[in-house]
Amino acid sequence: MRLLRQAYRWHDRLGISSTILPIVEHPVPRTNWWYVFGSATLVAFVVQVITGVALAFSYVPAPNSAADSLQFITHEAVLGSVVRGIHYWGASAMVVLIAIHMARTFLMGSYKFPRELNWLSGALLFILTLGMAFSGQLLRWDQDAYWAVVVAAAQAARVPLIGEVFAQILVAGQTVGGATLTRFYATHVFLFPALMFMLIGVHLYLVIRHGISEPPQPGDPVDRASYRQRYADLLRREGIPFWPDAAWKDVVFALAVGSIVLLLSIVPGPPELGKPADPTIVPADPRPDWYFLWYFALLALLPASVEDWFIVGFPLLMGLFLLALPFLAPSGERSAERRPWATAIVGLSGLAVVVLVWEGHMAPWSPALDVGPLPETVTGHLTGDTATGAQLFDAKGCHACHAIAGGGGRRGPDLTEVGSRLSRDQLVSRTLNGGRNMPAYGAALQPDETNALVAFLEQLR
Amino acid sequence: MDELATRRRFLSRLSIGLSVLAGAVMSVPIVAYLLSPLIHPVRNVWRDVGWVDDFKVGDTAQVAFQEPSPLPWAGQTAKTAMWLRRTGETGFTAFAVTCTHLGCPVSWQAQARLFLCPCHGGVYYADGRVAAGPPPRPLPQYDVRIQGGRVEIMTQPLAVVRKEAG
Repeated sequence: MRLLRQAYRWHDRLGISSTILPIVEHPVPRTNWWYVFGSATLVAFVVQVITGVALAFSYVPAPNSAADSLQFITHEAVLGSVVRGIHYWGASAMVVLIAIHMARTFLMGSYKFPRELNWLSGALLFILTLGMAFSGQLLRWDQDAYWAVVVAAAQAARVPLIGEVFAQILVAGQTVGGATLTRFYATHVFLFPALMFMLIGVHLYLVIRHGISEPPQPGDPVDRASYRQRYADLLRREGIPFWPDAAWKDVVFALAVGSIVLLLSIVPGPPELGKPADPTIVPADPRPDWYFLWYFALLALLPASVEDWFIVGFPLLMGLFLLALPFLAPSGERSAERRPWATAIVGLSGLAVVVLVWEGHMAPWSPALDVGPLPETVTGHLTGDTATGAQLFDAKGCHACHAIAGGGGRRGPDLTEVGSRLSRDQLVSRTLNGGRNMPAYGAALQPDETNALVAFLEQLR
Repeated sequence: MDELATRRRFLSRLSIGLSVLAGAVMSVPIVAYLLSPLIHPVRNVWRDVGWVDDFKVGDTAQVAFQEPSPLPWAGQTAKTAMWLRRTGETGFTAFAVTCTHLGCPVSWQAQARLFLCPCHGGVYYADGRVAAGPPPRPLPQYDVRIQGGRVEIMTQPLAVVRKEAG
């Protein structure tokens, strides 16, 4: 103990007691559990950096080796699977935490005067976090990753004038290949983290400089002229030292999140490694990681006429909204109770993301190519033409889009009782000529095949 | 005193100016290096994809070919796939596998005679026309030629990064 005290006194050459201590013990308003998400995001980031560095010790960012090095990390390196698991689940945690932190800051009006720059640096950190999530999933360099790069390039290419150049910068050339992976690797492990370290420094400096925002009270608006004085008075009146009076909540919450991440990294562990990226294996079913599934779903559900505008406009508008927010409403009410629009924006965005992630997961708009044959209950009693028709229904891919008796794709209408809805002529016409969103099968069916298929559909009642 | 102020202004401008200049000079090679794939685009070449008679008239088959100048560590990504359809004795049409909606890989369904996209449900007919779903344009095509009984196709940039795609 004496030795420790001596060491501390010696160490005070660092200025701990004169510079650092006042900072960690600076007075803060009495806060609640809603204030723990920012520090938890920071902890998640630190964990990502540490596990990321560890993974980089073995990961080889080249298309001819990436898959093998990931196999090594996951299945051979001691506890490598846990390290990869922490990095994977930690990424999910960081995305969730920064989103909640941002929603909290918005709902409590903490972005208002004098904390506008806190918000701006935070907004950039949010965008970079999404950039890290995207570039990170690409480093798995499996089929999903390969096609995610292509899909990203396709969206970049829709930007007017510079789209083509933009897309080529993204994939590092004219095709996705050896240069693409190293580009995303360097971005993921050097460029973005460096920017994030810088912005986190700015963000934390600003948190200390302007203080943690006090929990808002309805009917107590921010007034630029008087806010600083009132905040200083509040701190003098009822402020508590940040460490440890307020910080213990941050520690407890970060530990709880950390424990969940650690558990998830053991069971179920990191996601199974998919097939290594191979452009010559065309049957692929690419899906983004969950944090981009909502966007994947949006792009399927949008009317084609607005798509070009949306693909370019939506990210641009979101970015502009985030950056413009503190200038649009720099003062006034902070409490969510008095800001119905803010509450509606957060509530609806949250709901939309949850619903769209689910839709993206189910992807009812995609033909179910893996659907099995029609069940016995549908085909068992069929003979002659109708039996042939049922076989054609499977063979020609109808089942991939149309469900019968509960099984099959959900892209087109359910045909379980189509015989009672449509006449023979209508069935023939729809099958041969197609319709709204159905291909015309005229060229793919012989006349006798058409007859058999329609006979099968007719008796479905 | 005035002289001191002038001197200080001069020194601070000199320091800032020199730093900016150094930064600008340094960034020329860095930016040029990062943009080198754009400054030196690869030259597209004809690639042999097989004998004419390897393909049946009316059929659509997947073929793979080597990119024009892949990096030595490109592994499997040195290759690209496409759909080759034999339309007649000497007639061939070669389609990119990338959907014109957002670039996902379309699969040929021989029985249904359709290309299906797994991502957002785009569908194309055998000749590449859009049959259903969100794709804005027909499937992009490659140039094909026949040389000495062999089918050759002209490589091209990834269809989705080209404006004129499709």
